[in-house]
Amino acid sequence: MTLKNRIIPCLDVKDGRVVKGVQFVDLIDAGDPVEAAIAYDAAGADELCFLDITASHEDRATLFDLVARTAEHCFMPLTVGGGVRAVEDIRKLLLSGADKVSINTAAVRDRDFVNRAADKFGNQCITVSIDAKRVSAEGEPPRWEIFTHGGRNETGIDAVEFAVEMAERGAGELLVTSMDRDGTQSGFDLGLTRTIADAVPVPVVASGGVGSLDDLAEGVLKGHASAVLAASIFHFGRFSIAEAKAHLAKAGIPMRLDTA
Amino acid sequence: MAETVAIIDYGSGNLHSAHSAFVKSAERLDHSPRIVVTDDPEIVRRADRLVLPGVGAYGDCRAGLFAVPGLVEALTENARQKANPFLGICVGMQLLATKGIEKGTHQGLGWIPGTVVPLTPADPALKIPHMGWNEVAVNEKARIYGPFSDGAGTVLAGHAYFVHSYHFVADNPAHVIATTDYGGPVTAAVLDGNIAGTQFHPEKSQHYGLDLIENFLKWTP
Repeated sequence: MTLKNRIIPCLDVKDGRVVKGVQFVDLIDAGDPVEAAIAYDAAGADELCFLDITASHEDRATLFDLVARTAEHCFMPLTVGGGVRAVEDIRKLLLSGADKVSINTAAVRDRDFVNRAADKFGNQCITVSIDAKRVSAEGEPPRWEIFTHGGRNETGIDAVEFAVEMAERGAGELLVTSMDRDGTQSGFDLGLTRTIADAVPVPVVASGGVGSLDDLAEGVLKGHASAVLAASIFHFGRFSIAEAKAHLAKAGIPMRLDTA
Repeated sequence: MAETVAIIDYGSGNLHSAHSAFVKSAERLDHSPRIVVTDDPEIVRRADRLVLPGVGAYGDCRAGLFAVPGLVEALTENARQKANPFLGICVGMQLLATKGIEKGTHQGLGWIPGTVVPLTPADPALKIPHMGWNEVAVNEKARIYGPFSDGAGTVLAGHAYFVHSYHFVADNPAHVIATTDYGGPVTAAVLDGNIAGTQFHPEKSQHYGLDLIENFLKWTP
């Protein structure tokens, strides 16, 4: 009996549609996030993540609606992130049916926002999403800094120090994404994941760069992550959730396999 | 007349998921009960089954529950005097304790004697919150009575979804009917008569949770 490591498929959502679609099962509408969520629920995913990349704030109603429709059909934990700037945004997402809300830029701009959010709703539903890039040169001791706006804006903030502070301020979980690896399918930045995971008392979700099932396993074994998040390897049918879980279990990682 | 199941709404977050899960499980029954989300003491008083959810801090949840005029009285009358089936979920289960020690000491309902205390696993590698899927072990009593049993010999087995930093330490170990392991045994469910509670979230535990809810809806204490 032990706590299991989690596999979390992440859906990028824009204007209520899945960006690039999901092509791994017989979906009638590959762009419908609710349909994709139902399929992942049935496939035994341990959690689900929606990342809303809708540009305008006015279109947020679409997001609340799709979170609500997902919660009606999927009985699994759901994290929603993207554009969360105010306590009111969090309240609306939680009331729509999100279990955790992920805060990114707003936590960098105003660190106290994390305290206010955690005090209001509890640490358990506040995930702080940390986008980091390695800034040290080859041969130097590794160092990472926070970047915002999809990796375009540098902040000069040390990622590990920031992670520790976020956990102290009330984040119940940290989602750590390597902006160097995101989209490259070359594996997590294991140094980044491990340095943060070993420095904080809260669970760390590794993200950014998954291209193979071995990458997922290394995120846990070498990155010390409690959960691994991936997008394209699942969405485009390269691997099923069951294959991923079986692979991690074979590598000696505690997984939940009784999902049917 | 169909039964009414009242999910108590006292401003403690995500009742949408709980409502959906109870509706889904209710649909499996021959005589589906009506699932209502309510803070109306009259509806609570007349309900056939009661569900007390809860997320967030112990003190906030306690304050929210007691802030609704007549709600605790209606709950107490129904669950304690009429002894209708009651299910507490997460902090809703922790509120059954005598008190909770989280950002100060707060009085609970005191229906199941015990104290809610911080999780302190000895192994520093174990993260807090205890977040994710963990296996639930039920005791002999729970195999035949309460929401882990379908009343016909089938007992729930498998993983449930937990997310908590505090746990229920019962004064009487007999009230703990299910445990999980996180650096030592952690209370996963309590039961005394018609009063049951789970630390995990059945509404987030996929088939395991839906089965537990179905059992609760069929349960005759």
